[in-house]
Amino acid sequence: MIALALRNLWRNQRRSATTLLAMMIGMLSILLFGGYSRTVYYGLETDFVGRSGHLQLQRKDYFWFGSGDPQGYSLQNYTELVTEIQQDPVLAPLLRVVTPVLQFGGIAGNFDAGLSKLVIVQGVDVEGQIRLRQWNDYQLAITPELLSIDPAAPDQAEIGIGVARMLQLCTQLALKDCPQAEAGSAATDAGTLSADISALAAMTAPQSTTASRDQTGARLELLAASTGGAPNVSRLQINRAVTTGAKELDEVYLAMQLKQAQTLLYGEAGQRVTALQIQLQHSADLELARARLQHLIDSRWQQQTLEVHDFQTLNPAFGQITGMFSAIFGFITILISAIVLFTVGNTMSMAVLERTVEIGTLRTLGLRRSGIRRLFVSEGLLLGLTGAVLGTLLALLLASLINQAGFAWLPPGSSNPVPITIRLWGEHQMLLSISLTVVLVATLSAWWPARRAAQQDVVDALRYV
Amino acid sequence: MSLAQLQHLSKTYALGQLRVQALTDVSLQLQPACFTVLSGPSGSGKTTLLNLIAGIDRPDQGNVCIAGQSLQQLSDNALTDFRARHIGYIFQNFNLLPVLSAFENVEYPLRLNQTPAAQRRKKVMALLDAVGLADKSNHRPNQLSGGQRQRVAIARALVHQPLLVLADEPTANLDSQTGAQIILLMRELQRQQKTAFVFSSHDPQVIASADHLVLLKDGHLQSPQPLQEAV
Repeated sequence: MIALALRNLWRNQRRSATTLLAMMIGMLSILLFGGYSRTVYYGLETDFVGRSGHLQLQRKDYFWFGSGDPQGYSLQNYTELVTEIQQDPVLAPLLRVVTPVLQFGGIAGNFDAGLSKLVIVQGVDVEGQIRLRQWNDYQLAITPELLSIDPAAPDQAEIGIGVARMLQLCTQLALKDCPQAEAGSAATDAGTLSADISALAAMTAPQSTTASRDQTGARLELLAASTGGAPNVSRLQINRAVTTGAKELDEVYLAMQLKQAQTLLYGEAGQRVTALQIQLQHSADLELARARLQHLIDSRWQQQTLEVHDFQTLNPAFGQITGMFSAIFGFITILISAIVLFTVGNTMSMAVLERTVEIGTLRTLGLRRSGIRRLFVSEGLLLGLTGAVLGTLLALLLASLINQAGFAWLPPGSSNPVPITIRLWGEHQMLLSISLTVVLVATLSAWWPARRAAQQDVVDALRYV
Repeated sequence: MSLAQLQHLSKTYALGQLRVQALTDVSLQLQPACFTVLSGPSGSGKTTLLNLIAGIDRPDQGNVCIAGQSLQQLSDNALTDFRARHIGYIFQNFNLLPVLSAFENVEYPLRLNQTPAAQRRKKVMALLDAVGLADKSNHRPNQLSGGQRQRVAIARALVHQPLLVLADEPTANLDSQTGAQIILLMRELQRQQKTAFVFSSHDPQVIASADHLVLLKDGHLQSPQPLQEAV
């Protein structure tokens, strides 16, 4: 049956080739976009996982209310938690990094210029954070934006480029494309404010070799409410201004040493953080790790009212962007499937019409109606299979050429251009599912003409001219 | 005992909005190993009668019974299987499958009957040899002459040793010399295989070779007449 179907397709080489070409172009479109979408997914995931880890362990409801109350929703004995996680027999082989983070709101001031800005501060363990950002499980051709803070310099910090712009630190940080604002009314009070804040900052300043009022470079004072609501100030040496890819974030981002942040918020004895960032070796282990953490929360850490969130929950933009790409991908797939459906359907309808006498002959010789149906459906199936295989090969070839061409673009949520990569090689599930879809659509589109062929009256078919 | 009994067959066709009475109350008995010719002018109902005997059409009234099996009682699948096992059919236009070689065309009925491959090969080569085309077994129909194609069609009709071989104007598309050779070949094979042949034809050569002549006119069976008179 298959051999007969194959020969029948070969018999109308031009028509079969045209149909195959349409299917191949369809496959090519779906797969190239699919491969590109996959690169975007992996790029976003790498970015988000590199910034926040796969999972975060937080006090219950911190996700909803904690940013307004970093004291109330903090983890007090986090070093013990880190040790327990790192030594857990289930989690240990899955882990890459477990690092604490203390996040809170504050006011960053360039009081010399009489300017201040609300910021969201991330107090981080620098080495842990650098290792976190080096995660590249998908082997993407990207260079991660590493934290620029020197671990040995407790008062070093980095800020978003928007913070630098608003606090007029562009010159000190040698930033390009950073417009300078004309002096506002606040500048007139600069001297008075500076003296007040400087006095407060001097009381909490760490013994640092890099931060000093005498030193040159960008400095700012960070004002935050300490435990009990009293104001506290930390003087920071700004190393660098970075872009996060989103203007809103650039205008609030400030990262500093965890110890310095803890001192600012909780005093010298403060040993608290707002979350533990947990990064796994592979995203595929996320559910296993989450389940284990949940088990630990429900059993060993029951007293501490903890909860665990994954990076998708922590970064809703991930779901939104991937959802958008999925929707476009689905739309293209439906569109191409419809084209395949009509192309193959038309080809098979013409074949049925042309081979009417042949259908009558086969029926006369003793081939059942189901046999006629199988014959034409087999032809659709073979067309689908051939189109899927050739389309996949063509897509792999073209993807390889595009990948080597070195085109670049700026994806959403990214601060640096990344090479345009069509990720198809190794994406077995996508290749298989799209191929099966095309084969299924081609087979289904042959079914209706096949049914019509099978239902023909034998005598009428033999008389057909 | 007769091989096939045709009882009171009537058949009407729709031709546009007209109803055409193709056969009216035709009753006939076909004998085994007999060379029967259905003859008559165009439109007399020869092909319709042949189609009813072959089981590719069903009568409006009456019954066709072959080897004790009433075709009217069979479902579509059962009737198709019956054709595959017991009927051979030779078409006026040969109707070989163009994508298959001569060997494969002859082999096809055996495949339908799920005959093992070794037996298939043996039977097909024997038949192709019998029709003088053993050396052209790999040729496609478009590489064969009209006479050769009809020989392949004859081999295809006989390969599964059917009870009955039906031939619709088998020499109509052949020149008279080739037609005569085809008739001789069929006669020879009919004698060898002791298979009943039923032809529809108004070719005098075919009629002259018949053991039994059935004349039709306007869908009615005519009174039997001497063969020489008919020729």
